[in-house]
Amino acid sequence: MRRRRNISVWVGFLIVLAAFVTYPTVFARFPGTRDVPWASLLMFAAGLALIARGLRLAHREPQLYRGRIFGAILMGLGVAATALFGFVFFHLARDLPSSRHAPRVGQKAPDFTLPDKDGSPVTLSKLLDSGASGADRLNGVVLIFYRGFW
Amino acid sequence: MRVIGISVDPPEINREHCRKQGTTFTFLSDTGAEVIRRYDLLHAGAGPNGTDIARPAEFLIDASGTVRWMNLTESFAVRARPEQVLKAVDDLGIASTSR
Repeated sequence: MRRRRNISVWVGFLIVLAAFVTYPTVFARFPGTRDVPWASLLMFAAGLALIARGLRLAHREPQLYRGRIFGAILMGLGVAATALFGFVFFHLARDLPSSRHAPRVGQKAPDFTLPDKDGSPVTLSKLLDSGASGADRLNGVVLIFYRGFW
Repeated sequence: MRVIGISVDPPEINREHCRKQGTTFTFLSDTGAEVIRRYDLLHAGAGPNGTDIARPAEFLIDASGTVRWMNLTESFAVRARPEQVLKAVDDLGIASTSR
């Protein structure tokens, strides 16, 4: 008798792959699913559970279901993908310099001059001074340091 | 209130980014990471091919040049949310008369 295809294993593996891909492409765009990646972790868990279910079927009823070998391989890959995500998110992402000497609240922000996107120099102190009077006065600046788009 | 972004990206990349995204914020290029170093925000070797880049950080600076609020994230996946920055601006009572 021809054995049935083990759908659980494949669907589970696809969900794990989708969890891996959708964090940077979708969930990272929304603070609610980015700061704590609950949606991604839920997908990883669901995917691994499905693979486990498929593996159990393949072992319990080997005459009915295929997938004892590739099920184990996909389980291994799924666990590896989950571990990699965990490593990047919970270890690598937190491996930041302490920045102990960054300016603190109440301190003067170090002045600087840097070129803008058109190459024209912009100086922090001049920017703040220029707005000191007049109706359209500049009352402050939000400085955002970021990793860059490379 | 004016929003200024600083990274090691050269002006060409910032220009391209602004064109694509339609953003009108000021993007400044610190290609040598000098200002990033002055603010002690250098993340050495974290860029492509081991180049130095800035770690994420946000500062609210008032008209006198004093830091009034700051945020140093513990994870590069987590950044200050817009409403946090707006709240910091509101709390200081220097709400924007200009943008």
